[in-house]
Amino acid sequence: MIKLWFKSGAPWIWLNAAAVSTCMIMVIGVLGLITVRGVGHFWPSQVTQYTYQEEDNTSKIIIGEQVEKSVTPAQMAKATGHKMADNEDTLVQYLIKTGNRDLTGTDFIWIEERNVKAVSEPIDMMVVERREWGNFYGRLVEVKEDGKSIAIENEAWPVLQEKITKTLLLFKEIAHLEKKEIAGVNYGLERLRLKERKLELENHLDAAAKQQIAVEKSAYDVAYKQYQSQLANLYQNIRRDSLLAKTESGDTLEIPLFKIVRAFQPNAMSLLDKIVHYGVKVVEFLSDDPREANTEGGIFPAIFGTVMMVMMMSVIVTPFGVIAAVYLREYAKQGFTTRLIRIAVNNLAGVPSVVYGVFGLGFFVYILGGNIDQLFFPESAPAPVYGTPGLLWASITLALLTLPVVIVSTEEGLARIPSSIREGSLALGATKLETLWLTVLPMASPAMMTGLILAVARAAGEVAPLMLVGVVKLAPTLPLDGNFPFLHLDRKFMHLGFHIYDVGFQSPNVEAARPLVYATALLLVLVIIGLNLAAIVIRNNLREKYRALEG
Amino acid sequence: MSEQQVRSHAIDMSSVLRGKGSRNESNETCIKVENLNLFYGEKQALHGINMEMPKKKVTAYIGPSGCGKSTLLRCINRMNDLVDSAKIDGKILLNGENIYDKAVNVAALRRRVGMVFQKPNPFPKSIFENVAYGLRIQGINDKQILEETVENSLRGAALWDEMKDRLNDNALGMSGGQQQRLVIARAIAIEPEVLLLDEPASALDPISTLKIEELINELKEKYTIVIVTHNMQQAARVSDYTAFMYMGELIEMGTTSELFTNPVKKQTEDYITGRYG
Repeated sequence: MIKLWFKSGAPWIWLNAAAVSTCMIMVIGVLGLITVRGVGHFWPSQVTQYTYQEEDNTSKIIIGEQVEKSVTPAQMAKATGHKMADNEDTLVQYLIKTGNRDLTGTDFIWIEERNVKAVSEPIDMMVVERREWGNFYGRLVEVKEDGKSIAIENEAWPVLQEKITKTLLLFKEIAHLEKKEIAGVNYGLERLRLKERKLELENHLDAAAKQQIAVEKSAYDVAYKQYQSQLANLYQNIRRDSLLAKTESGDTLEIPLFKIVRAFQPNAMSLLDKIVHYGVKVVEFLSDDPREANTEGGIFPAIFGTVMMVMMMSVIVTPFGVIAAVYLREYAKQGFTTRLIRIAVNNLAGVPSVVYGVFGLGFFVYILGGNIDQLFFPESAPAPVYGTPGLLWASITLALLTLPVVIVSTEEGLARIPSSIREGSLALGATKLETLWLTVLPMASPAMMTGLILAVARAAGEVAPLMLVGVVKLAPTLPLDGNFPFLHLDRKFMHLGFHIYDVGFQSPNVEAARPLVYATALLLVLVIIGLNLAAIVIRNNLREKYRALEG
Repeated sequence: MSEQQVRSHAIDMSSVLRGKGSRNESNETCIKVENLNLFYGEKQALHGINMEMPKKKVTAYIGPSGCGKSTLLRCINRMNDLVDSAKIDGKILLNGENIYDKAVNVAALRRRVGMVFQKPNPFPKSIFENVAYGLRIQGINDKQILEETVENSLRGAALWDEMKDRLNDNALGMSGGQQQRLVIARAIAIEPEVLLLDEPASALDPISTLKIEELINELKEKYTIVIVTHNMQQAARVSDYTAFMYMGELIEMGTTSELFTNPVKKQTEDYITGRYG
């Protein structure tokens, strides 16, 4: 009976199905976990006020968001030094985000449920997101302008919102001035300095050139002075307003408004308000620069850097790999040497990625970059231009890393094209080159795209080699901006993968950053899926177009 | 093959052609094969072939599988150059000019000698672009010329009426018979002198085969045609001359009617009557 059952193949089918299900569960599990943990981060949670009795019977008030709940069995709790009564089975603890790091020194505390005497959610609890020191939790007392109180108690809240909106506009203006205009002037001045230095090195720095440079320089100086006075004016305006708030312990704290990103009262918010708040936070996350050692604010530079780097890599690896594959398959005499080369290429795909990073640093950055600097940028010495990790070297290193997959899949694509098609073209009087360009390569293009898809998937997820050849924790400028020559291949950049590592393991406030790790991981997955989908759509179009003959 | 045998073939053939002369005035030779040997590595695939193919006539090669008829056909437009191991000695004269001469441009030669293969092999492009392919290679991109040529070629291949509204469709969507006629249109679009057909109907159904055969009859007005076929009835129907090959040797060649009704060699007779092959 059992034997018959085995013979029927049913257990085998069950085994197959089980393997597939396990794969599916794992994929869904990974995506589900990072989605749930990451997406929840931006939701404004309720601020709770706990009346808490310490071990020594003193009572105090704690205000904050409940982040986590932990249940420990009594025995284990005893072993870790907690006093447990006989009738208690478990020790329930809450992790509370209390904020106010500047006053208390910590963002989070653990409290025990049994010591909580009263819980309430006062409607006037205010959360202030600040540019420094993390969140503030407390009650608004009054709003000040030039040190004088202009609104107190109930009237203060709407006035505060209005003032914050105004301050944010000013802040934006300042940021624009500093990052665009003044940065542009500085960039121009630096180029001018390099030009002068270059002329000096070449012994061409005559009176006329000096005159010319002086004129340009003075133009920049004038612009700079103008921006400077504008800036001073704006700073004066922005520093005028502040708010006075009271913490749970009764301390008052004055917070200047220009240090505030937003203030809200989550307990008073309706569902719709919360949804709007959530949307604003998500947009901020996607489009803003990071703050506070990357644990707050957005991750736009990292998204931009990742996409930029992957695109640069694609632009480098595709032609390179395709040309190599065409030679190997179409022109090289098939024999021992080509077999050896193929084995070498296939093995390259198995080399650990960090080894490529070391190679990239040693060869591209130091040798190649160093020589480029000596030859073409002597004026900027001793500061390196290309002799230091940057976008170009990171892209080339990853191109090298992904080259094998492009070569292998292009070769497969070329091999799949029926010889009858080539003969048909040759019989019409086409040369080998014309046949290749007009017929064979277009028909092999879906295979090339497949190679590119695999390359993108591998490159976008790579972190280890990038740490050596160009990724940094915080890049002050994007590799693409409005200053000539617009694309700055020598600049360092940020990357989502490295950002996850940095925020999750290197930040001063790991507890606060954890949800951000999930959110960033989710985003990285989405970016890779997006890049891949784009490539897949292109490939499917090509496939439809160059559908090969059957057989 | 011995020297003597080779000579005897030459004699056979010249006598055949002389006999034919009275019936047909334009008996000018288009392709002349002289003492052609072909080796695939160590293995000799063609043994001292000598034959002449007259202009604007259909010459059929018949013989059992592996007898070298396709190999010989592919020598005429130097398709065998693509096979690394193939070595050729001897001459093939196309209008008196040796195509295996070092100075010959192979691509230019193939423009003069078109070829249609056993399986239809249209490119994965539109019908229009398939036919225009040969012209585009020659750098002809003038829209009017292209359109005219495509129309004429498709008419020449008896495909225009079926396809005139579908010129921009992908050629791979056509039926097998249509594809094969498209490939013929593609070949005649560059106005070759010779058309080589390598079992053009073997992958087609009877109706498509009939169409192709009718087409061959029309095409011989303009082109010298050499056709390889497995099918003796087909050879009898479409060709003016027939060459019987066996084991890489040319056994006998003559006018089709003579070869089928009154073969000189016993091997030919055995094959035609179906005793082997």
